[in-house]
Amino acid sequence: MTSLFEYAPAPESRSIVDVAPSYGLFVDGEFVDGSGTPLKTVNPATEEVLSEVATATDADVDRAVRAARRAFTRVWGPMRPADRGKYLFRIARLLQERAREFAVLESLDNGKPIRESRDVDVPLAAAHFFYHAGWADKLDWAGLGPGPRPLGVAGQVIPWNFPLLMLAWKVAPALATGNTVVLKPAETTPLTALLFAEVCRQADLPPGVVNIVTGAGDTGRAVVEHEDVDKVAFTGSTEVGRSIARAVAGTRKKLTLELGGKAANIVFDDAPIDQAVEGVVQGIFSNQGHVCCAGSRLLVQESVHDEVIASLQRRIGTLRLGDPLDKNTDIGAINSAEQLARIRELSDVGEAEGASRWQPACELPERGYWFPPTVFTDVSPAHRIARDEVFGPVLSVLTFRTPDEAVAKANNTTYGLSAGIWTEKGSRILAIADRLRAGVVWANTFNQFDPTSPFGGYKQSGYGREGGRHGLAAYLEGAR
Amino acid sequence: MTHVLDPDAPAAAIPPRREPLAPYRDVTRSDAAFRAFLHGLPGVDQVGAESRVAVLGTRSIKTTAKAWALDAAISMVDLTTLEGSDTPGKVRSLAAKARRPDPGDPSCPQVAAVCVYGDLAGVARDALQGTGIHVAAVATAFPSGRASRAVKLADVRDAVANGADEIDMVIDRGAFLAGRYLDVYDEIVAVKDACGDAHLKVILETGELVTLDNVRRASWLAMLAGGDFIKTSTGKVSPAATLPVCLVMLEAVRDFRAATGRQVGVKPAGGIRTTKDAIKHLVLVNEVAGPGWLSPDWFRFGASSLLNDLLLQRQKLRTGHYSGPDHVSVD
Repeated sequence: MTSLFEYAPAPESRSIVDVAPSYGLFVDGEFVDGSGTPLKTVNPATEEVLSEVATATDADVDRAVRAARRAFTRVWGPMRPADRGKYLFRIARLLQERAREFAVLESLDNGKPIRESRDVDVPLAAAHFFYHAGWADKLDWAGLGPGPRPLGVAGQVIPWNFPLLMLAWKVAPALATGNTVVLKPAETTPLTALLFAEVCRQADLPPGVVNIVTGAGDTGRAVVEHEDVDKVAFTGSTEVGRSIARAVAGTRKKLTLELGGKAANIVFDDAPIDQAVEGVVQGIFSNQGHVCCAGSRLLVQESVHDEVIASLQRRIGTLRLGDPLDKNTDIGAINSAEQLARIRELSDVGEAEGASRWQPACELPERGYWFPPTVFTDVSPAHRIARDEVFGPVLSVLTFRTPDEAVAKANNTTYGLSAGIWTEKGSRILAIADRLRAGVVWANTFNQFDPTSPFGGYKQSGYGREGGRHGLAAYLEGAR
Repeated sequence: MTHVLDPDAPAAAIPPRREPLAPYRDVTRSDAAFRAFLHGLPGVDQVGAESRVAVLGTRSIKTTAKAWALDAAISMVDLTTLEGSDTPGKVRSLAAKARRPDPGDPSCPQVAAVCVYGDLAGVARDALQGTGIHVAAVATAFPSGRASRAVKLADVRDAVANGADEIDMVIDRGAFLAGRYLDVYDEIVAVKDACGDAHLKVILETGELVTLDNVRRASWLAMLAGGDFIKTSTGKVSPAATLPVCLVMLEAVRDFRAATGRQVGVKPAGGIRTTKDAIKHLVLVNEVAGPGWLSPDWFRFGASSLLNDLLLQRQKLRTGHYSGPDHVSVD
């Protein structure tokens, strides 16, 4: 039945943000040309070229690291911690003031729905700066040992799924602890990082404290491998993480890695079913499933399997896929043609291996990169879609009979970033959470983030924690 | 017209309990079975329910969608007056407003019903003759429900005899909270019988049930007992209608229809005063229960001041500018 109540288009206006035809690198407080061949960044919802962005070569990265080192030695390192805090508060407020601009730009460049960039990404990014601003002059009392000192220059490489938020997760703790940074945003989503550079200038942040070098994998490698970098922080794929770990091995550099995941969302038969279904939907389809901690495996107790799947399918049928800038859109565009190809490939493998694919009747726009929300049932733990990270809106449903079996299946992955437990029984939540090898375990909710809460993985999901008191340790010398 | 209680009523032979619809025939066979059934319904996580309505509250309803929503909302209003000071004059004036909510615009739809106390149902019926607008009357010792069953049933029969074709009853919250679910069930069944052809709306008074688990149980109880509508509140208890409560009730009618094939309506009442609130409710109906509930046959707003805000917003959409409170009638 087509709805009587058709929501008219409600697009957020693009006019709030000026996208320049080309962008340079942000080094030592100035926008400068890059020496490499510029990259084009496109709107994944329309394939329209948004802008041309410089590529930093080894020499450009070297200039950025030298600027960061200078700023660390002369200005940011010696600065009174309370004054560092003031800059961070100022940045946080500017992010709030310019929230709409950031949200629109993020949705344009990334393809995510404006509802998420407006209500999740940007407010959380500002919250990270506020939170860490408060820590800047209280590090002696953080319980991380006496007189913790900054490490120096942090080289940071971030992914395309939450461009601004991942920037905040990296930059805020680094600056609060007295380090300076050279950050490389993802090649497909550099624009909000460059707008952030503008915010740094607006906040009068001393030159060289934050440097942003754009480019592809080679630029990232140059950042990570630069001799004068003291700390490397990376969020992205396990494959790239492994090569970074190799490159950093044997050097003095400290390393934190936040990599892939294949999280289990465990639904027991006594779960609040409607909210569990909502959490499963939110866990795998928010941000088109481009979430490292996405609940990509639904482990449902066999006794409620049919009920949960029916409810899930009905709910998925109401998701609204389309223009990311429309305020009523729930599912936006896949970030790139490459990612779309990977999602398609793994989905085809899922079908070929014998799982049943279900997709709602759903019209996809003609241009741009799109993939409908997809549920695989009859999935066995041996199937690739139960083991490999798809990083797309694809849910694999497995069943279990007993709590022990649920734990065994949930832990049967090479990853260990997050997990979810759905039950009305409090004692069960505690007992199961204790046995799950995952960095974050959500109970009767999913994909909730807060700057006070540490985030990070077990096993091939990486090491080190971001956020909270634990996250500070990653940027401090002698921290325990 | 029976204004006098039948002294023999409580002593009359109790007929065998009427069974609910399949597949739930056996759930009312004993107190224990009914209790087990209601407590076996999936729980409701309050935090999750609140976050779901918060997200749906961000839906942006503009232009053509807003125009549709405004007219739909007006046509779903049960225009209500439930005051001790109600008079025939007040009810007639409300009826006139119900027929022609916006005197300056004949294209404005009329409301669904006028809702009054039972003794004034006759006045409303006469004033609404031939309009198709329903006459709803509150009954069963509204709003507290604290009277014997005989009194409550007499109250219902009286209202029906006076001309009400919809009865808004209150459940016995005391019995519900004490866990005497079958008593509550039997009473609804008896009221339904007393209604005859009149439609029965069952008021759960969710502000007194407090938890969303209770809201779900009470919803199922009322549907199993044969209620045509489940309604949130009397409007005399705060909080009255809230979005999370409405969400849970919409989930209940959706699940009940899927299981039994019978569709039950939902009526949030009390506290919905603005167009914005009304549209949030319609979004909830649309995305939770489904478009099948988007009609006055299946969804109502129990309200009084809401109507004027809807009318002002409707005028704004047509003319492009806001008028003022004097551009709509006081009642």
